[in-house]
Amino acid sequence: MSSQLTERREKLSTPAGNAAGVLEAPADGEPEIRKSSPAIQEDRETLLKIFHQMLLIRRFEEKCAESYSLGKIGGFCHLYIGQEAVGVGSISALRDDDYVITSYREHGQAIAKGILPEAVMAELYGKAGGCSKGKGGSMHLFDKSVNFMGGHGIVGGQIPLGTGLAFASKYRESDQVTLCFFGEAAVNQGAFHESLNMAQLWKLPCIYICENNQYGMGTSLARAMSLQNVAEKASAYSMESEFVDGMDVLAMRRATQRAIKRARENYLPTLIEARTYRYMGHSMSDPGNYRTRAEIEKYQERDPIKIFTATLKESSILTDKDIADIEARVKEEVERAVRFAEESPEPDPSELYANVYANPIEN
Amino acid sequence: MPVTTMRDALNQALREELARDANVFLMGEEVAEYQGAYKVTRGLLEEFGPKRVIDTPITELGFAGLGVGAAMAGLRPIVEFMTFNFSILAIDQIINSAAKMLYMSGGQFPIPIVFRGPGGSAYQVSSQHSQAIESWYAYFPGLKVVMPSTPADAKGLLKSAVRDDDPVIFIEQERLYGLKGEVPENDDFVIPLGVAEVKREGTDATIVARSWMLPVAMKAAEELAKDGVSCEVIDPRTIRPLDINTIVESVKKTNRVVIAEESHPFCGVGAEISAAISERAFDYLDAPVKRVSGVDVPMPYAKNLERRAIPDVAEVIAAVRAVSYL
Repeated sequence: MSSQLTERREKLSTPAGNAAGVLEAPADGEPEIRKSSPAIQEDRETLLKIFHQMLLIRRFEEKCAESYSLGKIGGFCHLYIGQEAVGVGSISALRDDDYVITSYREHGQAIAKGILPEAVMAELYGKAGGCSKGKGGSMHLFDKSVNFMGGHGIVGGQIPLGTGLAFASKYRESDQVTLCFFGEAAVNQGAFHESLNMAQLWKLPCIYICENNQYGMGTSLARAMSLQNVAEKASAYSMESEFVDGMDVLAMRRATQRAIKRARENYLPTLIEARTYRYMGHSMSDPGNYRTRAEIEKYQERDPIKIFTATLKESSILTDKDIADIEARVKEEVERAVRFAEESPEPDPSELYANVYANPIEN
Repeated sequence: MPVTTMRDALNQALREELARDANVFLMGEEVAEYQGAYKVTRGLLEEFGPKRVIDTPITELGFAGLGVGAAMAGLRPIVEFMTFNFSILAIDQIINSAAKMLYMSGGQFPIPIVFRGPGGSAYQVSSQHSQAIESWYAYFPGLKVVMPSTPADAKGLLKSAVRDDDPVIFIEQERLYGLKGEVPENDDFVIPLGVAEVKREGTDATIVARSWMLPVAMKAAEELAKDGVSCEVIDPRTIRPLDINTIVESVKKTNRVVIAEESHPFCGVGAEISAAISERAFDYLDAPVKRVSGVDVPMPYAKNLERRAIPDVAEVIAAVRAVSYL
């Protein structure tokens, strides 16, 4: 092993040990989870906004599961439950004009970036009021007004696209950054490696966030990846990287803030590996027979909302009454989203032929 | 009017469009310092600098996708494939990203990008470097597919492609890069996409030919004229959207049609044109539609075999004679 790799591995491993007792070390060089959250630096308003978003996404996704079972939502539907800290923590560090692009498990990131839950739910319902006018569905949420550049359905397909968004920012000499999310299974695609190479070669302000939920559909990380330390792969491109506890929203926010600084100031990319876990199946049609109930429960002990609640309560930022108030507000927001989706009309039949071309040619 | 090669006509188009719009940039393998593998991009690095004329690593999927992402953010990339054979590595980004982005985003994200480079048969480079794959791209709604056959068309169509807000697949013919013809020097010279051109008027039979097969068809028409057979030669120029009306109007006049193409026949563009003629002008036909296509085998290397794999003037003449029952 090169000395650079050794050094990087040392940097990635924390001396705290595997105190959380959650992530066992399955492979050589497996990074370990930090014992405690980073110190709070944010004001109360920011912290409550983060808490609210995480809870909103959780309840929104639970409602999606329900609506899917009722046949209100069709096709593939990939839920974000368990991974909320990754999307919310990292997006909370962005400016409004920064870009977010991601995969098909994107309801949470779409809401965190500012698409109204109403517009997301209506899209899932295939309604005209959806953020993609009912033409994209669960996997293809888009909203130009908040620079949410899509949910993309081919594993890894969004990684070159995100690299291109960052390219455009640099081309225009803007200091906008791009957050490009993908699952760990996408790391095995050529698109990941081709993109990271170009981003470091050309110094593009793209922050690659690998949401390592440890399963590519039903195939575990151990069965799919020769070197399972994703963050370490950045060294192949001389790119900065970090391994982050993806169940800890403040840790996600901090790591993203560090990456944003590099991107805004020096047009430098970063690879962040966020170790996380999805509680639901890969999609709504997946019963998840490839893992045990016990494994899921083990991760639920370190539930991102539970961890953040404890942190906020310990710091006397959040009271039980605050939690009850936010729960009530979230319940109302989700109900409003469903109501909007129910009442929104179906797309006009003429929409079938609209938007195939920006400059249509009649023949 | 100045006489120019197709290579230089394309170069003029690129230079003019780069000068016209600061959002236009050019990227691809060897396009900058090497001056282009086929010299189409000669001099552009010197004129526009490395920010706008960019050498890429050999990473087709990566830079094709990067271009689509940049287009989502409002830039107007011109992505050169050294040859369209290598676009096969990038096809996920072309089909699943570029072609569908506008539609699946409900109209929010047009993708104004041009993917261009040489395609079709080349000289003695065997199976992987010598093939016509326009039917793959023409299959997909959301893409426009352009194949010029003359230097003037190459210039005017490429300028239109760069100004168009949709993804355009622009397939040049490597063996036509040296072809000379009159080319307007005017910066505003554009040829609209989706418009076929009658390259030669005639009354007895219609030949539909594109790209490499257009000069072959013109030569065949010339030979046939000596025997008193008057051929109308039509170049669709844009494969998608196809100007089928111009073809159908010609067939209604001549009542006989030959479709000449260097691609494989199965599921090819010629098959689509043939079906469209059957649907729209069946009652006008005095003979079944006839296709002249590349042989349905991977391209061989040996000179004698390669010559037999690509349709020539004699085959087009024979086809016209067949539909004319001569």
